[in-house]
Amino acid sequence: MREIELSLNQTQKIRLKRALEKLESLSSKANYNSNASVSISDSIPVNHEDGVLKGHGTLDLNGELVATLCGVVERVNKLVYVRALRARYKPEVGDIVVGRVSEVAQKRWRLDIHYSQDAVLMLSSMNLPDGIQRRRTALDELNMRSIFEENDVICAEVRGIQHDGLHLQARSQKYGKLERGQLLTVPPYLVRRRKQHFHHLEQYGVDLILGCNGFIWVGEHVEAKDDMVEDQVSKPEQQNIKSNKNSISLEEQEQTYTPIETRQSICRIANAVRVLSILGFNINIEVIMDTMNLSSSLNLDIHEMLGSEFCVLVAEGEAERRSLTKKKG
Amino acid sequence: MEFVSPEGLRLDGRRPMEMRQIRAEIGAVAKADGSAVFEMGNTKVIAAVYGPREVQNRTQQINDQALVRCEYSMANFSTGDRMRKPKGDRRSTEISLVIRQTMEACILTHLMPRSQIDIFVQVLQADGGTRSACINAATLALADAGIPMRDLVTSCSSGYLNSTPLLDLNYVEDSAGGPDVTVGFLPKVDKVTLLQMDSKLPIDIFENVMQLAIEGCKAIANYIREIMLENTKQLEYRRGI
Repeated sequence: MREIELSLNQTQKIRLKRALEKLESLSSKANYNSNASVSISDSIPVNHEDGVLKGHGTLDLNGELVATLCGVVERVNKLVYVRALRARYKPEVGDIVVGRVSEVAQKRWRLDIHYSQDAVLMLSSMNLPDGIQRRRTALDELNMRSIFEENDVICAEVRGIQHDGLHLQARSQKYGKLERGQLLTVPPYLVRRRKQHFHHLEQYGVDLILGCNGFIWVGEHVEAKDDMVEDQVSKPEQQNIKSNKNSISLEEQEQTYTPIETRQSICRIANAVRVLSILGFNINIEVIMDTMNLSSSLNLDIHEMLGSEFCVLVAEGEAERRSLTKKKG
Repeated sequence: MEFVSPEGLRLDGRRPMEMRQIRAEIGAVAKADGSAVFEMGNTKVIAAVYGPREVQNRTQQINDQALVRCEYSMANFSTGDRMRKPKGDRRSTEISLVIRQTMEACILTHLMPRSQIDIFVQVLQADGGTRSACINAATLALADAGIPMRDLVTSCSSGYLNSTPLLDLNYVEDSAGGPDVTVGFLPKVDKVTLLQMDSKLPIDIFENVMQLAIEGCKAIANYIREIMLENTKQLEYRRGI
């Protein structure tokens, strides 16, 4: 059994236990088939006359359907599969992911996205910074490091699985390099696929990207630049700056400056995500905002959010929230 | 030396067919993909699994299946007198190999081509049967990492001392020099994947001793299954809808 790693005093322990018990009772009521959890080598009851399709995490053993993973049995019409919890990320076409560049190779970048292999982002499957649609020349290939370097954090979309691995694409202004913020890693099963994974929190001036692979980006808001002309003007300037790295111009200083309030908001949101991931709760924008508002309404400092007291409060709040949504539904 | 008293009790007060207290815990290493602690009496083992991940050494990459690696080590403080060299000696290399082969046999490696799975096991307290404890801990850690497996592998040892078959030998019984049978077992398909024995046994007695070890494996499998099921349920209800 996975314990929550917190140092709690006696009352906090009891409160947390009570909150978790409440969550348990709520979820067991919700699932009409609450015994759908299986562990490895458990047989899954199926009606063979219906002609079942065995999906991921199942194995046919002497005519018996057996689970090969610990997880929850899901049934979609004839398909029976086991949805694993704590596993590595399983990509699906169209997922928005956040990754870190691990290698710059021939015409491609390799990205670590917490999958069983590194993902590939081809030079040809991303928009060039100058915004012009054209063939990628040998010069572009040589200048790849000026776009992304090793250890840069990048946001992209899953394109599909080709013969040589998982391919990504970044064909829009909203994808690309992420700067001035924090990257958080949570177990991928906590992030549900939704319509919206990019969030611009206007009141804080913060961008929040919930990558389907469990990489979450919290950073200062950047306006998506669609104006090509403006880009072209700024590009030679950047090159000038790079040529004389020793003297950082005032302009660039202003560009990279993040106001202290924004930094604090970033840290607060990041800590809210951390608390939710410690407790193992589903991570979505509403819950993050609730957690953040709870912390600011209690006048807690940012570092106090990771304390045990706040975790217990969040757990209690979550139990309350879920029971309310249950009543409505 | 008398290992079984006339009343039928062993040195640590167990009956001959009695196992030591077992305890398992999932999730001991925060950064690992899967991890577990497994205790059999005073033997305590920690296992961490990383992967499936990108192969570190490209030349080792296998195009149609995953590469499984295993490293066994003993903590310096695990034995009575401090270990000088906790890993890299002949014994730990051999046990690493044994664990790797056992786990590789039950992992569905063909589902994760061009990737690598690393299993690290470390003995925190050694009191006999570390080999079995390591295999059990590795199984739990692999299950926690969400790696598909054919079946649970569990392992248990048994021996034969004072003309009595004994289940789950501790350090004193192990170092008596009698036969020591370690069995790795797949409970669902009812098959043996690992069988090791020191010294000799007549064939009719060997059968009994091995059967005893298999019974031990089955008992451990039941316990591990319960732990995993409870862990899965907890993760699921905590996450919510």
